Amino acid sequence: MMMNSMKSQFNVTKGTCIDGKWHKNRYLIEKELGYGANGVVYLARLKGTLVALKMSDNGLSVTSEVNVLKSFSKVQGSTLGPSLLDVDDWKTSQGKTYSFYVMEYIHGPDLLKFIESNGSSWTIVLILQLLNDLDQLHRAGWVFGDLKPENLIVTGPPPKIRCIDVGGTTMKGRAIKEFTEFYDRGYWGLGSRKADPAYDLFATAMIFINCAYPSRFNKDSGGLDQLRGRVKQSKLLQPYEQVIVGALKGRYQSALEMKRALLDEMSALQTKKNTKTVTRNAKAANQSAPIRSRSRQHKKSKGGFKETVMLILVISCLYFFYIYGQLV
Amino acid sequence: MKTGTLKQILLITDGCSNQGEDPIAMAALAKEQGISVNVIGVMENDVIDDQGLKEIEGIAMSGGGVSQVVYAKQLSQTVQMVTRKAMTQTLQGVVNRELTQILGNKQTTIEDLPPDQRGEVMEVVDELGETVEVEVLILIDTSASMKHKLPTVKEALFDLSLSLNARSGQNRFSLFVFPGKKNDVEKMLDWTPKLESLTSIFSKLSTGGITPTGPAIREALTYFNKKRSLRNLLSRDDDEFYEESI
Repeated sequence: MMMNSMKSQFNVTKGTCIDGKWHKNRYLIEKELGYGANGVVYLARLKGTLVALKMSDNGLSVTSEVNVLKSFSKVQGSTLGPSLLDVDDWKTSQGKTYSFYVMEYIHGPDLLKFIESNGSSWTIVLILQLLNDLDQLHRAGWVFGDLKPENLIVTGPPPKIRCIDVGGTTMKGRAIKEFTEFYDRGYWGLGSRKADPAYDLFATAMIFINCAYPSRFNKDSGGLDQLRGRVKQSKLLQPYEQVIVGALKGRYQSALEMKRALLDEMSALQTKKNTKTVTRNAKAANQSAPIRSRSRQHKKSKGGFKETVMLILVISCLYFFYIYGQLV
Repeated sequence: MKTGTLKQILLITDGCSNQGEDPIAMAALAKEQGISVNVIGVMENDVIDDQGLKEIEGIAMSGGGVSQVVYAKQLSQTVQMVTRKAMTQTLQGVVNRELTQILGNKQTTIEDLPPDQRGEVMEVVDELGETVEVEVLILIDTSASMKHKLPTVKEALFDLSLSLNARSGQNRFSLFVFPGKKNDVEKMLDWTPKLESLTSIFSKLSTGGITPTGPAIREALTYFNKKRSLRNLLSRDDDEFYEESI
């Protein structure tokens, strides 16, 4: 068996009809969305609704991913992964059978693109959102595994982080199924590949670092020192150094714990900023004084206009009475 | 279901064999003994020619394993992925055989089941993949052109150890290089659960002009057998061999 990428392996183009063998649904292919080691994802239409359809010649990797998606749906309130709509087989006109599954179409730019076009102030917001979702997943006994920006899509509005590839999701305590080196704890020599919540938190910290270094970087000396150095050099990351390094070291046992630490760091940062702003305001007080007096003058002139009108009215009233008296 | 031991040969090479038996035939021989053969072709600036590529694919196909050709820098990721993939493939073969037994004489594979039941069977495969005992015999081509790729190979092997040792099942690794100083193949590391014990192994390599891939595979097989007889002495009767794969 030769492993290669699945690009254009299936003869599926725009307008191809995919008929399900078991559930008899008909999907109309719109275009290819992407491909990876485990299959090709297409945008398709089912009775007018847009859906994402993933097809693979390895039926078992499909089954494996479907199992994960099913377990996702059991995690209450979690919206991290796409919801599963259908699982089926497709028999081509050449007589070959491919397995596929259909999921909700999650539309939007990936994490790094979103931050690039909407500003880096979104970074921390989306990281916090991600931690929240991870916490729910971890509570249900799963670890995401292959967390990386390419797998994270920001939908909206309002912007919400979602994950489109759940192939690496692993039961807690087992060996991580799939990973990408840059986000992998083992690659950096900072821990094992056993699935525990701290594995995902390491990846989250690396995603955070990736936001500041969109083109990533190579491992040189490896280990914590190189990563810590990168965090210190970045304006975006430097305020959160303690939390990021903590996550890299595996200090946090749960996503919630890391989220709280980030929030604490943020509020500490805010108080610092506020004290700075207060002193700045005091200095600026003298400068703003003339502006305020000018506006008072403005108010006075407005009042003067009203007075004039009143005066004219009163006088014309008296004049009217006077004329009336003269006439009578 | 009994969980026996998964046996794999992992061959890392960068081209064609030029001495001795046909490696594709030797891989078929391995398969007959319940050992699957995976091949990774390593490129750097050079590209593996058609003949080499055919041989790499051929060995994996007749050895019931997985093959992949990669650039040296992707080696770590590939080695662990190929090994995992081959494990799953073999386990699926076992499960398929069981299914045929359970569901009667008709040939049944997991793919023939309706999607819902398929999921349950896949759970079993996943579970087995986590707990099964694995033996990997690593066979490294150390012919001249491989010399400067060897540090990368070593790194990739550490990475493999990291991946497999994260499972709850037992692992055993051994490492052989070919050509050896005197024989076709030379043992560098005997069966051990820790590949990390491999430290300065690559420094004592001599690099020559010949690439006896076929003989290397044939000889590697005997090390599995030796071990098996040893273990039989210890009266381990759960030593079931998977002789079938997809």
